[in-house]
Amino acid sequence: MMKTHNKEYTQWGERRQSRMFTRGLHLDIPLLLGIIILSAVGLAILYSASGQNDAIITRQLTRLALAFTVMFIVAQIPPHHIQFWAPWAFSGGLILLAAVLLVGEEGKGAQRWLDLGLFRFQPSEVMKLAVPVMVAWYLADNPIPPTFKNIFIACLLIIVPVFLIAKQPDLGTSILIASSGVFVLLLSGIRGKHVAVFMALIATCAPLLWFNLHAYQKTRVMTFLNPENDPLGAGYHIIQSKIAIGSGGTYGKGWLNGTQSHLEFLPERTTDFIFSVFSEEFGFIGIVCLLALYLFIVVRGLYIATQAQSTFSRLLGGSLILTFFVYTFVNIGMVSGLLPVVGLPLPLISYGGTSMVTMMAGFGVLMSIHTHRRLLSN
Amino acid sequence: MARLRIKDHIRESRTFNERAAIALALMIIMILIILARLVYLQIISHEHFSTLAEDNRVSIVPIPPTRGLIYDRNGIILAQNLPAFSLEIVPERVSDMDQTIAAIGEIIEISDDHLKRFNKQLKQKSAFRSIPLRTHLNDVEVARFAANRHRFPGVEIEARLVRDYPYSHLTAHVIGYVGRINVKELKRIDTANYSATHHIGKLGIEKFYEDSLHGTVGFKNIETNVVGRTIRTLERTPPIPGSDLHLTLDIQLQQIADKALGKHRGAAIAIDPRNGEVLAMVSKPSYDPNPFVVGISSKSYRALQSNIDKPLFNRALRGQYPPGSTIKPFVGLAGLENNIITTDKRTFCQGWFSLKGDDHKYRDWKKRGHGTTNLEKAIIESCDVYFYDMSLHLGIDAMSDYLSHFGLGKKTGIDLPGELAGILPSSHWKRQKKGLPWYTGETLISGIGQGYNLTTPLQLASATATLASRGLHSRPHLVKTLGSSLNSELAPVTFDQDDRHNIATGEHWEYMIEAMVKTVHSIHGTARSISKSVSFKIAGKTGTAQVFGIKQDEQYVKEDIAERLRDHALFIAFAPADKPEIAIAVIVENGGSGGSVAAPMARKIIDQYMASKPSL
Repeated sequence: MMKTHNKEYTQWGERRQSRMFTRGLHLDIPLLLGIIILSAVGLAILYSASGQNDAIITRQLTRLALAFTVMFIVAQIPPHHIQFWAPWAFSGGLILLAAVLLVGEEGKGAQRWLDLGLFRFQPSEVMKLAVPVMVAWYLADNPIPPTFKNIFIACLLIIVPVFLIAKQPDLGTSILIASSGVFVLLLSGIRGKHVAVFMALIATCAPLLWFNLHAYQKTRVMTFLNPENDPLGAGYHIIQSKIAIGSGGTYGKGWLNGTQSHLEFLPERTTDFIFSVFSEEFGFIGIVCLLALYLFIVVRGLYIATQAQSTFSRLLGGSLILTFFVYTFVNIGMVSGLLPVVGLPLPLISYGGTSMVTMMAGFGVLMSIHTHRRLLSN
Repeated sequence: MARLRIKDHIRESRTFNERAAIALALMIIMILIILARLVYLQIISHEHFSTLAEDNRVSIVPIPPTRGLIYDRNGIILAQNLPAFSLEIVPERVSDMDQTIAAIGEIIEISDDHLKRFNKQLKQKSAFRSIPLRTHLNDVEVARFAANRHRFPGVEIEARLVRDYPYSHLTAHVIGYVGRINVKELKRIDTANYSATHHIGKLGIEKFYEDSLHGTVGFKNIETNVVGRTIRTLERTPPIPGSDLHLTLDIQLQQIADKALGKHRGAAIAIDPRNGEVLAMVSKPSYDPNPFVVGISSKSYRALQSNIDKPLFNRALRGQYPPGSTIKPFVGLAGLENNIITTDKRTFCQGWFSLKGDDHKYRDWKKRGHGTTNLEKAIIESCDVYFYDMSLHLGIDAMSDYLSHFGLGKKTGIDLPGELAGILPSSHWKRQKKGLPWYTGETLISGIGQGYNLTTPLQLASATATLASRGLHSRPHLVKTLGSSLNSELAPVTFDQDDRHNIATGEHWEYMIEAMVKTVHSIHGTARSISKSVSFKIAGKTGTAQVFGIKQDEQYVKEDIAERLRDHALFIAFAPADKPEIAIAVIVENGGSGGSVAAPMARKIIDQYMASKPSL
């Protein structure tokens, strides 16, 4: 009996020690573990989706290494430094967005890129972090819950960059950035009646937004509503994706055995539609596990936010983790035919660089929030 | 201030925690929505989407069965499948298309037409699908390419089977031909079984036995990717080849019959009276069926159609001619069996006959008349007046009833499509078809096979066979056995036989046949010209069918009448008379006289048959 007790004590001590160590590196072990497992699953499924293409795996590994490095670096920055630089980062981001519209590079029919000589760069990625940071900064600087005036100004802070990004056009990113800002507002304790007012405002603006959509964006929405209308054109993606998911069944066809992806029926199978490949090969059971993993990361992130010691950290942390969830939800929703195809990757799994780095920087912020707590309460 | 901040801090923290809890609840709800959606897609609709995924993945490629071959009764091939070669290119395997085509052009002729067609398909088809550059290569071209093949990766000779009729004109009216399936046929056929087949029997044996000849289609399931490239073959069900047909036809006899008819238009049919097997069936002129298989040019087809001799017209099956005097043995039996006449009954023939109260003269072919004539003499010399007189007493309906026992006026039911029934007139028939009453005068001319009477050569041959076998009425047929290329078993095809020997007494059968023997072998017989140096007895009856009506008191002068208005010459015969093995009907359009034109043709056929008796 005693022996076991002793053993437990030693284990407890070891865990404390290792915690102290990772705390020194400003890493949160549960979050890090979740991210690593998710990335590994992502690599495995990418290997299958790419048709066992080693080059793609190597490139994705390089990106992951870069993303983890960025996460590690960001984690070292204390939250109050981030808070201090918020207005500057936001203003800089706005200028870059304006620059994109004026002198940006075109790719796939949209102006999203800025050529900086060495590499191409998407300023909208900066705004993914800068907008929640800015809104959290603004709201934390004022009494909480925010007054109507504060809410109005916060909304302006959201709408301006969102408008510029939507103009590129990049509907998916602009929606995400808008929601990341709105999450800050909602988490700040904005009153129910204000929520209602703004919901009504959005509702009245919706038709206006519809008429400002590009033709291809409208097509996407229409296609979402009725993909079978145009099975070989715009509806093809979603139909083939549903076939891939549905044919996976309960247990899936097995790793590397997805016919929809390997015989190339499924379009965009390494990027936006990688979830379909996963569903086809690992089935419903696999999806439940994957969603559990995502939920674990989200819960951990939310927990970190609740444990944060400043309003700014709380609002920022909460917004970042909710945005991460929205990413996941929108991607899965779109490939399974629940939402229109807006072109968002599945976080940490889809092939592609920029958004992954931004995502990991966000996790870096969360880790920073958690590991830079002053140990007063202890 | 500091206190206030702290208080705020606690409140803010609580508010945040509440909001975070709401957010978590919402996220869990959203995850449940996703899960519900996936339950719907992956569990409830799994089968539906699985099927769609399989449809995406697997293509079913039909494999055509090999068409059954057609042999004559001695195993000589009459319809076969020959490989036809085409030169095909798989674009993705050719690095420099222009250079390759230019180099091929040096060894095999490639016209601009071919090139144009090729380039059109090159733009439309995927790079991994082979595109024909030249079709119908001859053996020399195939050999020349084969020798240079190493120079042309991605260029292949493809062989496909094409129906071929080695005897061409000789068998066209019997075997028919296959041709491309047309829209009308597409509606009729089992499209699954024909999914790989391009040709279908259009005429003759090829059409009648289409189901047996075609076989059963095979399939292979191949896995394809999104652009249709074959990844692998998953499963293969081999096709079942069509059955081979062994005909009753004797191609040598067919050749003799064809030669005997020579340049005449007409038909000759030889039937084995013991079983109804058709030994030879010739319709002249004929045509080459082979161009129809690959697609005859419209110019050639128009030429065939507008030809005044109508080579596409199957006279044996569809030609309807007045039987003329060849009907007399049957009408004679009708008279005997109806007790209108006896073998002793005599009539005086003065060269014409007239009805009471009518000055119309029903002429005999012999202007001076035959004098005192009994039935035997009336057959031997083909006396018309005897039959006018007898028919008058017999009446049209009794005559019609009796003749129907020999199959006149009805389709024989031969295993060929498109047969016509001819006309066996009766008062009932006339009322129905023409809405007019029957006139007695019409009975008279019906009794000598003129008037409304029409028979096809096949009917006449079949009736002759029934007569020869003393009443054994066998359905004429062309197929003896159905074989298959899978096993060596031959399945005999049976056709109905009907023993009608009691339609005449044995005495009357022999009497009539003896009269027909004398038609050939006696000095006054109308067919005496063919009796020379024959070791067995031939029974026969000549006939002459009027094409052109002769006015009263006018003399028929052969030389004065344009060739196409001359009488049709007919002859029916069987041999040996006592135990007949072959029954023949010959019709020569505008041949003039049955005895001098048609009978020698029948003799040639009989001689060939007796010289090389085919095995049963």
